[in-house]
Amino acid sequence: MIKFLLMVNKQGQTRLSKYYEHVDIGKRAVLEADVVKGCLFRKKEECSFVEYKDYKLVYRQYAALFIVVGITDNENELSIYELVHNFVEVLDKYFSRVIMFNLDKVHIILDEMILNGHVVETNKNRILAPLLALDKMAES
Amino acid sequence: MSDVVEKTLTALPALLALDSQPGAGKLSSTSRLRHLIRSITELTSKHEEEKLIKKELAAIKDQVSSPNTTMRQMRELMVRAMYCEMLGYEADFVYIHAIKLAQQGTVLEKRVGYLAVSLFLNENHELLLLLVNTVLKDLQSTNLIEVCMALTVVSQIFPKDMIPAILPLVEEKLSHPKEIIRRKAVLALYKFYLIAPNQVQHIHGKFRKALCDKDPGVMMSSLHIYLQMIKENPASYKDLTGSFVTILRQVVGGKLPLDFNYHSVPAPWLQIQLLRILSLLGREDQSMSELMYDVLDESLRRAEMNHNITYAILYECVKAIYTIHPKAELLEKAARCIGNFVLSPKINLKYLGLKALTYVVQHDANLALQHQMTIIECLDHSDLIIKRETLELLFRITNAQNVTIIVEKMLGFLRLCNDDYTIIDLVGKVAELAEKYAPDNEWFIQTMNVVFSLGGDLMQPDLPSNFLRLFADGSESEEQDRQLKLYAVDSYLAVLKGDCSHLPQRFLQVISWVLGEYSCLKEDVDQQEVIRLLKKLLEQRGVSSETRSWALSALTKLCKGPGYAELALELAESLSSSLDTVLRQQAHELCLLSQDSQLHARVLPHPAPSDNLEVDSSLSFLDGFVSDALAAGAAPYKPPHQRQEELSQQRALSLEPYGLSLPVTMSSCTLTDRQSPTFLSMSSDLSGNSTELSHRTGANTLMLEGVKRVWGKDGYIPQKEPSLTPAAVDEPSDVVQSPDQQGAAETSLPEPEPEPPQLDQEKQQLASSLFVGLGSQNSMSLLGKTEVAVPRFRRKARQHESASTSGTSESSSNSSHSSRSTTDSFLYGGLLEEEPATPIQNSYHTLKPTIANGSHDARQHSQMVSSTSENEGAATVSAKEDKQANSSQILGSDMVIVRPSKLAEESIVSQRNCSKSLPVAFPHSSDSMVLQLPSELQELPHSDVVSLTSDPHLSVSCCRVFREDALLLVLLLFNPTETALRDVAVELSCEELETASLRGNVMECLEGRKSSVCRYTLLMERPHTQVAFTGSVSYQTQPGHTHILPFSGKLSTADFIRPLMLNTEEYGKLWLSISNDVKQNLKLLTGGGDPLRATLNALKDSLQLHIVDIIGSEGIVACHLLRGGPCLMHCRVHGASLAVWLRSPLPSLPDCLLYHCQRALQEH
Repeated sequence: MIKFLLMVNKQGQTRLSKYYEHVDIGKRAVLEADVVKGCLFRKKEECSFVEYKDYKLVYRQYAALFIVVGITDNENELSIYELVHNFVEVLDKYFSRVIMFNLDKVHIILDEMILNGHVVETNKNRILAPLLALDKMAES
Repeated sequence: MSDVVEKTLTALPALLALDSQPGAGKLSSTSRLRHLIRSITELTSKHEEEKLIKKELAAIKDQVSSPNTTMRQMRELMVRAMYCEMLGYEADFVYIHAIKLAQQGTVLEKRVGYLAVSLFLNENHELLLLLVNTVLKDLQSTNLIEVCMALTVVSQIFPKDMIPAILPLVEEKLSHPKEIIRRKAVLALYKFYLIAPNQVQHIHGKFRKALCDKDPGVMMSSLHIYLQMIKENPASYKDLTGSFVTILRQVVGGKLPLDFNYHSVPAPWLQIQLLRILSLLGREDQSMSELMYDVLDESLRRAEMNHNITYAILYECVKAIYTIHPKAELLEKAARCIGNFVLSPKINLKYLGLKALTYVVQHDANLALQHQMTIIECLDHSDLIIKRETLELLFRITNAQNVTIIVEKMLGFLRLCNDDYTIIDLVGKVAELAEKYAPDNEWFIQTMNVVFSLGGDLMQPDLPSNFLRLFADGSESEEQDRQLKLYAVDSYLAVLKGDCSHLPQRFLQVISWVLGEYSCLKEDVDQQEVIRLLKKLLEQRGVSSETRSWALSALTKLCKGPGYAELALELAESLSSSLDTVLRQQAHELCLLSQDSQLHARVLPHPAPSDNLEVDSSLSFLDGFVSDALAAGAAPYKPPHQRQEELSQQRALSLEPYGLSLPVTMSSCTLTDRQSPTFLSMSSDLSGNSTELSHRTGANTLMLEGVKRVWGKDGYIPQKEPSLTPAAVDEPSDVVQSPDQQGAAETSLPEPEPEPPQLDQEKQQLASSLFVGLGSQNSMSLLGKTEVAVPRFRRKARQHESASTSGTSESSSNSSHSSRSTTDSFLYGGLLEEEPATPIQNSYHTLKPTIANGSHDARQHSQMVSSTSENEGAATVSAKEDKQANSSQILGSDMVIVRPSKLAEESIVSQRNCSKSLPVAFPHSSDSMVLQLPSELQELPHSDVVSLTSDPHLSVSCCRVFREDALLLVLLLFNPTETALRDVAVELSCEELETASLRGNVMECLEGRKSSVCRYTLLMERPHTQVAFTGSVSYQTQPGHTHILPFSGKLSTADFIRPLMLNTEEYGKLWLSISNDVKQNLKLLTGGGDPLRATLNALKDSLQLHIVDIIGSEGIVACHLLRGGPCLMHCRVHGASLAVWLRSPLPSLPDCLLYHCQRALQEH
């Protein structure tokens, strides 16, 4: 099961966070700082999976941006690693440029892909369909 | 793969780009947010950030409450508030506006409103209730986008109690023409299933429809529900195995539309999901497994493309192959596949390979041999994660021969590690291995010394207490015990002589206790020296007062006889000014005891009596104290598991550095006891009224025991060869191996990779010491239990009253152990099955005719009786009658009850008599012997007699008799043979039920062709939808040949429900006095007469309800749970359904009742 998904920049600032299990807002900062510490300073040739408390972190770096996913031990790390890439490909398909200023839309995309900590959709066209429909209605 | 990364890499730096150019018209003007993000990026300190966000929040607060703010502006404000919360600054003042935005906004604004709600609120937030109306409205909207949003938010977060309000609408959407709506409706139902499974019981049929939906997306989302349901109860979904296999075959064969592909692999995540489902269905089920061999083979074959995602599928495939019933050919292929993983130069694949290997070595340890050189390389890998995973693998293949080297490696890792969680985990594992496989005392004590020094005060508190109990309980060999104790004393004296200021407190406590208890065993040691060292410890700086207390009680034990009076006085004096009252008291006790050697001998007898102390485990001597405290307003005591439950309900992700959910404080007053390792206080006269506390902590600590025992495979380890292994401790590379062993290991080596010869040789030597004992033992263990390693420290069985709590936990740990091993390792299943049979046999001699005066007694009894089934009571009575079973009976004034045979439809071979008057015939009796209820029971309403189980000597069937005060479970035993059965004893247990009384559980003789009856009065204290009972009958066909016939069955809440006779006025009063309520819609029976009356009568017939009154389209019904509380039902016809409103003081009773109502109406 997926516990959370974070997008963090190289300075360790959170750009997006989504929790699939309730975490007190006060504790999120601590958790995120820990996660950043665990992933950001790893070398390129090191494994993309890290242990963190009783769960695993799967991280992937895209230029200055890190995407980190916290999962339970029974989850398949490699499939999550590729899920992150699928997510990035979807973002890439939708946004032509700056996406960080569109926090809401990134969340809407993510909501189509992951629900309650489970992967519910990976087909790019279908992930984007609701958002594109929204855009179309907003334009008209 | 890398080219894809590069492609996206070029696009993604833009994520953080600061140019203000909005892109391609898709971006809305969010300049304030952009400004905020930019300012935050430029900040350098946390303090500045805080200042900035505070300012931002103030601005947002101003704007949201202004009446002039448009929805468009509101949306932007909401996103900014999200951003602030994301950085950890609460913005609770916008929550209500988020709901408003979802209510009033249009399109994108509405969506952002819903999004904000899902991000801001948690499941239990009271504001969520305000969302229900909006969701309801949007679900009915003609705008598909709005329906879509509503379904999305419902599947993320929705108040559990309000599900009935929207359930019909969501259900309706299952047949919507648009796939996306159907898909989201299924996902919403999945959410409902997760939070309130009872509410969606009735739509299981529709789940099946979703599974067969023509759109693959809808089918995919239904798999989430199925995975969950199959996890909970695989047996009920075996019939779907074929469908899942077909779906997987089609997916693998590329039958899905192309846009489901990910990098040319067809729907990989779907494949993974299906493989997980299949492995659950095929587990321990040969016929199901056979259905999937082909498709698993095909999956392995198809996934040959060299891409990460195919490896992710392969990993799942391998796991499935090793989980289901084994097939040699597939296992071989899977093993080869693992080779591709672990030999891969890609580190992520190597990691996953190790993880797969760790999983499969539990089933086949030989696989570790095939990859031993790779494993050794990984052990020295620079990446700690790889190293850690390798240790996990080694932990699983540890046996008596390689334990020293593996533990050495684990300790080596521990020394480098600074992550608390890993330390706790590894320390626990080392201790487990050490206790299980220690080659000798010296090694054991030294290893444990390292464990205690490294694990320090982080480790699980049960670890040191288990260790001390090992000493206190002793093993089977007294001489070995003595040696162990002597060695420990030696070792600890040496530790104390050195610098012990850096040692963890727990270690010092262990040392103190062992020295206090056993240093007198050692004749060549001067007691004065021991006392001096303990005194030094007592006075040392930086030692906690808890440790001081341990040291002081050790001193108390040692100071016997007049020679120590002076020392005692000195200590008492120096401690009399201590701020710690416990220390002061202990010093005072020491003083008194050292003066009176007779008293000393009585209070602290030596050797310590281990388990024949009598303990008032019910703590009845505290009753007065407790009632006084309650009267004075103290909160009633909650047992640990209840507290833990409440605690775990409150929090979800545990962020404490140390995942212990119970604060186990070791009360220092237990220290005066001889029994301190078990934390059971035995001498209440000494520690005074603080015993209560120590008893409680005792209970906590004992409960924890056995939980830790994660993995055991005692069953298949060959006898250790102690002469070989000890040498490996110091210099692993110079291990002296017996030639044949080394030979065996080397012949199975794979071709080693080219390496410098010297290094290579070292590694091979390491390999032979790591993997020793793996190759040969498997064939041996498969043939039978020829050689079994005896765990070095086999704990004595504790049978006495004094250890009743610990006994229970031990027996439960045993049972969990055996069930785990049987499920985990099918290859060794045959061996493990042998285990439980023996203890049951000899236990029946201790059975007494009257056993259960309550569940507590029954449980105590069970420890003696059996190690496999936890709680068992017993019952039998003999009687034989020839009356007809009649399931239709009159009860009360207006009720005719026809009880359908609900009893465990799945598990019981139901011998339902169609005409309801035919007696039951038994399959094994040659001329259908007839079984009947005793005449006095015939009068009462009862169920059909159904057969539970039978063997050639005995048949067991049962009948439920619905007495007004309880459920009477009548077991009918029948001996179809000509020979008499002797010493027949019946055991019955059910964890959730209270067994109020029973009769006739033991019989000296059951003559041939005769039957006998046992009765069991059952009560349900807390509502459960269904409860299972298990039991067994033991009997002897001839002296010394005990047979055991196990049986099991299920009972439902409905069996424990009785009508509650009320009039309308009483009903009204009671209704108002109860606040706990549940609402739900039920099916209304149509066809013939008044639908309301028909439905209520149907419910009355199948459940024992009392219809109080029916007026117009409303009806009121009452019933009560035996010994529990009442449940009132208010029904009103609402369109085509029946809106039911239930109230009961028992929170879960309405849910249970609703479940049975749904079933009753469905069956109707």
